[in-house]
Amino acid sequence: MMRALILLMLLALPLRAEEIVSGLSQSGVSIDASFDGTSILIYGAAMREEKPPAWPLLQVIITVAGPDVPIVVRQKERVAGIWVNRGAMAVDGAPSFYAIMTTGPLDDILSVAEDEAHAISIPRAIGSVRLGAGAGSTADYLAALQRIRASQGVYKLASDSVLLLQQSLFRTEVSLPANLIEGGYRVRIFLTRGGAVVDVQESMIAVRKAGLERILFRMAQDQPLLYGVIALLLAAVAGWAASELFRRLRL
Amino acid sequence: MQLYLPIAEISVNVLVLLTLGGLVGFLSGMFGVGGGFLITPLLMFIGVPSAVAVATGANQVVASSISGVLAQVRRKAVDFRMGAVLTAGGFVGSAVGGTVFDWMSRLGQVDLFVQLSYVLFLGLVGAMMFQESIRAILRARRPGVQPVRRAHVHSWVHRMPLKMKFRASGLYISVIPPVAVGSLVGFLSAIMGVGGGFIMVPAMIYLLGMPTRVVVGTSLFQIIFVTAFTTLMHALNHHSVDMLLALVLIVGGVIGAQIGARVGIRLKAEQLRILLALLVLAVAGKIALDLLLQPAELFSITTVAK
Repeated sequence: MMRALILLMLLALPLRAEEIVSGLSQSGVSIDASFDGTSILIYGAAMREEKPPAWPLLQVIITVAGPDVPIVVRQKERVAGIWVNRGAMAVDGAPSFYAIMTTGPLDDILSVAEDEAHAISIPRAIGSVRLGAGAGSTADYLAALQRIRASQGVYKLASDSVLLLQQSLFRTEVSLPANLIEGGYRVRIFLTRGGAVVDVQESMIAVRKAGLERILFRMAQDQPLLYGVIALLLAAVAGWAASELFRRLRL
Repeated sequence: MQLYLPIAEISVNVLVLLTLGGLVGFLSGMFGVGGGFLITPLLMFIGVPSAVAVATGANQVVASSISGVLAQVRRKAVDFRMGAVLTAGGFVGSAVGGTVFDWMSRLGQVDLFVQLSYVLFLGLVGAMMFQESIRAILRARRPGVQPVRRAHVHSWVHRMPLKMKFRASGLYISVIPPVAVGSLVGFLSAIMGVGGGFIMVPAMIYLLGMPTRVVVGTSLFQIIFVTAFTTLMHALNHHSVDMLLALVLIVGGVIGAQIGARVGIRLKAEQLRILLALLVLAVAGKIALDLLLQPAELFSITTVAK
C-alpha cells in the first residue's frame, strides 16, 4: 500500500525529459574605480534520465539582461536649416544591457511562438512602446534603438558562441562592458529542440558599485545638499592649495 | 589607467582627463578666463552625458576661479561691492536658468538649447573680440594717430535710478545694469556650465565703464559664487555633479593654469586677445557645424528619470 502511494507521488511529479544544471564563474560584479568591464563564464549540462531523442538536436540559448530602464528614443529632423529633435517614442522599459548567446542562428533554433512566450530575441525583450508626434514609424525607432545600443556594445546577439559538447555540456562567456548600471542582471538558459523550449533556468548576477564609487553615488542620491557642499569645499581647497603652492614655488 | 566615474557611469582614461584639464587650465591661465566654455563641450565629446558635463564643468570653474581670485586679491584688484551686486543678480539668473534647463530637458531639447547658446554667445563675443583686437593691432602699427581717450563717458547707464558708489572702480552708477549683467551671466552659467567670464569682462569694460585693472579680479570673484550656486542647484535637482571627474579635472587644471599664466606674461595683450578670439570662434564654429550638417545618426536615446 505504502509502496504504491510513493510510486503514485513520484509519477505525479512533473518529470522533465531534460533538466539544466548550471553555474556562473561569479555571481556578483563590483564596480570600483578601476572597473573596466569584465567577463563571466556561464556553464552547465543538460541532465537526463533516459536516452535523448536523436533528432531534432539539442540547442542552447543563453540571455543576460540588465535592469529595465524607461527611455525615450528621439529622431532629429531639419528645421529651419538646423537639426532638431522632433519625433519621439517612449519605451516603458528597455533592458540597459542585453546579450544573447546561442549554439546556432536564433531563427533556426527558436520558434516565433516560443520567442513570444519567453521574450528572448532583442525586439521581444524591449518593453511596450508609445509613439509620440513626428515622422517615423515604430519600426524605425526600434531599429534605431537596437542599432545605437549595439554600437555601444550593450545589445549583442552572438550566434554560435555557446560551445555544446556531446549534446549535453555547454559553456559560454558574456563580456560586461564598462558602462554598466547597478542592479540585478538576469541570466536565462533555454534548452530547445526543434524550436520548442524544453527547459529554462534562471539566475542572477548582482552588479553593484563598490568602495568610493558606491559612497559617492549613494551620497549624491540620498544627501544631495551635503554632496554639493563637499564638492564645493573640495573645489575651494584645491583652488586655494594650487594658488599657495605656486606662490611658494615662485619665491 | 582607466577610472570609472560614479555619476557619469562611464569609464575613462585618467591621462585623457588630466590632459584635458591641463590644456583648458593652460588656456585659462594664459587668457585669464575660467575655461568652462571649453571644458563642458570637451567632456560631452568624450562621452560624458551633457547634464553631468554642465554640472561638473561648473564645479571645476569654482576651483579655477578661487585659484585665480586669490592672486587678484593680493594685488587689490577686486571690487568687492561691485562683485556682491553682480552676484546678487547672478543668483537670480542661475535660478531662472536652472528652471529653463529642467523644462528643456523634459521637452528633449536640452542639447539643442545648450548648443544654440554656445553658438550665439561664443560667436558674438568671439567676433567682437576679434574685431577689437585687430583694430588695436592696426592702431599700434600707426603711432601718432592716437584716438582721444576720455576718462569718463556719460551714457544711458548713468541716467538710471538706484545709484550706488563703487569706490574700488571709481564709479557712481545705478545698480540696475550690474544686476542685469550678473543675471545674464548666472543664466548662462546654469545652462552652459560656464563661469561667463567671456561675457562678464567685456560687459564690465564697455557697459559699466569699470577700469580694466579691477575687471578680471571682480569677474572671477563673482564667478566663484555664481558657479558654486549652479553646482549646488544641479547637485540638488539632478544629482549630476561627478566629484571624481571634477577632482581629476581640477588637478590637471590648476597645474595647466599656472604654466599658462607664465606663458601669457611673455605675449602681448593684443596677441593674447586675438588668440583667445580665434579659440572662442573655433569652438562656436565647431558647434554650429554640428547643428548644420546632417548627423550620421539621426536618432538618440535618453534615459527617463524615475
